[in-house]
Amino acid sequence: MNVSIILIILLFGALATYFAGDKLAKTVALVISLASFVASVAILNQHNAGISSDFIYKWISNPNIYLASKVDGLAIAMMLLTTALTTIIVWSSFANQFKNAKGFYALVLFMSFAMVGTFVSADAFLYYIFWELALIPIYFIALVWGNGDVEERKRAIVKFFIYTLAGSLFMLTAFIYLFSKAGSLLIDELYLLRLTEQEQFWIFGAFFLAYAIKIPIFPFHTWQANTYQLSPSVGTMLLSGIMLKMGLYSVIRWQLPLAPLAAKTYMNIFLVLSIIGVVYGSIVALKQHNLKKLLAYSSLAHVGLIAAGAYTLSLDGLRGAVLQMIAHGFVVVGLFFAAEIIERRLNTQEIAQMGGIRILDTKFASMFMIVMVASVGLPGTFNFIGEFSLLYSLYNVDIWYAVIGGTTIILGAVYMLKMFQNVMLGEANAKPFAAITLQESLVFVIIIAVLLFFGLYPKPINDLITPALQEIVAKINRV
Amino acid sequence: MEKNIALVLVLAPFFGFLFNVFFGKKAGKTLVGLVGTASVLVSFLSTLFFFSALNANPSQPVVVDLFQWISLEKFNVNFSFLLDQLSVLWLLFVTGIGTLIHLYSISYMHDDENMNKFFAYLNLFVFFMIMLVMGSNLVILFIGWEGVGLCSYLLIGFWYKNQDYNDAAKKAFIMNRIGDLGLLVGLFIVAYVFGSLDYKVISEGAYNTQLVSNNSGLIALAALCLFIGATGKSAQIPLYTWLPDAMAGPTPVSALIHAATMVTAGIFMVTRMHFLFDLAPQILDLIAIVGAATAVLAASIGLVQNDIKKVLAYSTVSQLGLMFLALGLGAYEIAVFHVITHAFFKACLFLGSGSVIHALHGEQDMRNMGGLRKVMPITFWTMMISTLAISGIFPLSGFWSKDEILLTAFHSNIPLWIVGSIASIMTAFYMFRLMYLTFFGEFRGTEEQKHHLHESPALITFPLIVLAILAAVGGLISLPGNSWLNHYLAPLFRKAHEAHHLDATAYALMAVATVGALIGIGIAYSKYIKKQEVPVQDAEMKGFASVLYHKYYVDEAYDVVVVTPLKKLSHFFRNYFEVAFSETVFAFGKIANAIGTQGKVLQNGSVGFYLLAFVIGMASILVYLFLV
Repeated sequence: MNVSIILIILLFGALATYFAGDKLAKTVALVISLASFVASVAILNQHNAGISSDFIYKWISNPNIYLASKVDGLAIAMMLLTTALTTIIVWSSFANQFKNAKGFYALVLFMSFAMVGTFVSADAFLYYIFWELALIPIYFIALVWGNGDVEERKRAIVKFFIYTLAGSLFMLTAFIYLFSKAGSLLIDELYLLRLTEQEQFWIFGAFFLAYAIKIPIFPFHTWQANTYQLSPSVGTMLLSGIMLKMGLYSVIRWQLPLAPLAAKTYMNIFLVLSIIGVVYGSIVALKQHNLKKLLAYSSLAHVGLIAAGAYTLSLDGLRGAVLQMIAHGFVVVGLFFAAEIIERRLNTQEIAQMGGIRILDTKFASMFMIVMVASVGLPGTFNFIGEFSLLYSLYNVDIWYAVIGGTTIILGAVYMLKMFQNVMLGEANAKPFAAITLQESLVFVIIIAVLLFFGLYPKPINDLITPALQEIVAKINRV
Repeated sequence: MEKNIALVLVLAPFFGFLFNVFFGKKAGKTLVGLVGTASVLVSFLSTLFFFSALNANPSQPVVVDLFQWISLEKFNVNFSFLLDQLSVLWLLFVTGIGTLIHLYSISYMHDDENMNKFFAYLNLFVFFMIMLVMGSNLVILFIGWEGVGLCSYLLIGFWYKNQDYNDAAKKAFIMNRIGDLGLLVGLFIVAYVFGSLDYKVISEGAYNTQLVSNNSGLIALAALCLFIGATGKSAQIPLYTWLPDAMAGPTPVSALIHAATMVTAGIFMVTRMHFLFDLAPQILDLIAIVGAATAVLAASIGLVQNDIKKVLAYSTVSQLGLMFLALGLGAYEIAVFHVITHAFFKACLFLGSGSVIHALHGEQDMRNMGGLRKVMPITFWTMMISTLAISGIFPLSGFWSKDEILLTAFHSNIPLWIVGSIASIMTAFYMFRLMYLTFFGEFRGTEEQKHHLHESPALITFPLIVLAILAAVGGLISLPGNSWLNHYLAPLFRKAHEAHHLDATAYALMAVATVGALIGIGIAYSKYIKKQEVPVQDAEMKGFASVLYHKYYVDEAYDVVVVTPLKKLSHFFRNYFEVAFSETVFAFGKIANAIGTQGKVLQNGSVGFYLLAFVIGMASILVYLFLV
């Protein structure tokens, strides 16, 4: 069995969902996404047993393009993250009533398909197609099913679409250049290229524009807050939980090993930008009135730290980055789900209109609280492991990077506790708040279980990703 | 066997927590209290096992290695525990006093609708405190360190309908996190220098002279960072301001977390890492100075506070300062000694104040108390014993431990001795002020309250009696010249610290200290008993007393220097930077649009124009090719 099975499940699953009709769509989507997760676990088992799950087919002979995959531990981890989160996200939306549900859920699965494709592709052309393909469903999900004023939404979502697309074009240019040098776009052949420092500089820069916008890295983040706010929660979760990891993953898979000289020469620039994002995102989050926007800026801060870890070019940094990508994926989905639960009941995202929810629903309050303390990296949660490795890797570059990046543990507590106080604590609001349903709490339970289990025992993920990352570090250090 | 008992020790409170969270509401209040208390008692009994094992075999600490936790390129962090003299000692009083306070809470929190939550949080706190103490490396300590911070946050804000309490809880967490960043950076430096975070490996490295001399700067920096962490958790200058606010929590919480156990974590950590601090004498000096300064600063604020718990809170900050003074002088055992005696008498005082507050239905202002001695004899006498102990009156526990600290200070640095002595005199004054205002004179509360005055039930008075006895006799563990404690802790330290012998200087200093305490008590007596003074209302306060009452305006200063600028910066970023970045992106779009519009003009359909453009273009290329 090779990894294409997951792509096939998701692609045909998207079609099946569409043809299942509005009534059945969400159930079918759930079954399909769950099947893709189970298949990913099977691939994991195969990998652990030492059997390759790769595929390679000749696609176009001139130019020389393959349908090829590279399923190492890193790709498997990202694939597991994508399929697990897609399942959770689909399930979290069961209480929602979407117009044209069949289209909606088909797009969700299609997006998952494209994202998995991005993570496993080993041919730059295929990778690029998946990369761009992932943008289309989220564009429609946000535009058609989003909330808020239609004109405002259109402006924000179109901006997001064109902005990220424009960034990607630079990456395409880089790939065309690389193809002209290597005569192939297979990643392993591109790794073999001996590029001059000058060439690497331009390629690194072109990649950076694509990834910095996607991740996003300060100051390329301006699409983020509005898009998160105006997308339906499912869209926000897909974007923040998985899609932004495409950018971070690509830094590790493509940017650093393809242009290691440039990475080493200019790493401080990118470290500084990433760390500015950490502090800047945290500070802007302090004064947000909209819950989803606040979470968007907190996400900016968190991914800034992840990106910084990756740009340390060290094993600790890369490993911390991957661990934190996974932890952040779960935590951010949990946070946006909490926002969604509140929005379902109070019909608002404005923090000023919330408050006193804890009295009305202590169970929800407890679960929200656990996810929140995970997001501020409390030891014992998964997020601490990543944050610890990341900050340690920064320390090994320069103590000031660790200190300034580390302010996230203070500022994160400031804006998160303030948010929690204003949203959940205080006297009961006059507005009714229906108790959290069993289905909603189960979504939380799964997320919390993941965060706590890997917080105590991250070894399985460690063992999975470390060999792949060691290989990448070796490639970065090959010159 | 040992491994299993260690696991029971750690996990019993955690199961108590789980039980109270999931079944607490249904189980009923009696069972909630019983399970909550019993789970801590189980930990206490397990600790006794290790205590006796260690006494039988002092050179064989128990190490329990569970599994590999965090992997880094150069080293791994394991999930493992270390039960040596220091951790077992700490566990003894954490779980011992913890059990008593849980018992007390059964009665104290009985009328609270969320009693199960209270016990759950309290159990969770004990669990994290055990982790903090029992970890065999700094990262496990850090789990406990932040975990107790979380529980502290939950318990300060236990009555979460009141946003002032929530503010206090948030402040405590954030202030602690500032320290935590220091601790974390300290960890990184230690890991970098010693290649491990395991206590054993670090201590071996610390005795490796080659390693140490190559990294002396970094080691000092690490010690400084760790100390910054300690200033957060143990409420020292400049991060002490959260502790008085933390009194918003229910009183058993103040007794357990904010007096006896959690706030001593900083002293524990410094003692644990003494081999590192010994290598950084300049940082030790700093610790001594900060400790002495905190001791006198907090004591001076305590002089004029009218909230009974606030007085005790500032007293705690001040006493912690004395402990840091001892640490800074390198007298780790003496700091530990004071931690223990302080845990006894301060827990007793807090629980006693809770008993008073309980009797007065929530009244905390001492101006509305008075004359409670007759109605609450047990509360009065237990608190009186503890007050005498904290004031350093012979032969109660505080006399011995405080005396040791001052004696050490006298031998190394006279100014520090003077500052410490002033703090001690102030302590005697404000503690007796508290006692006189609360228990003597006439009752100043409402008639309504007067009718309901009563001694607290046995579940409350029993822990008070036990703690008062311990506060009285606790000094026995470390008598000058014959210190069980120093002997017990000896395996921890490479060079044995000489116990002070009773020479003439020692006697003279004891006499000076006792006279000082008596002066403090005398002033309190003349003001509040003889002249029957009652502190004036807040608005009438004048001069320096007002400055003291407003805690030197430190909170206000922090607001002006840190909080407000941060808010302004956030506003500024949101309203200007974000807009500017966003507009820049749109500007690119507009440029593209504009080029398109201009291009449209060029594409006007006139063949003549196209031809002209073609010719000009060709001509330019030719010119370029030939000329350049």
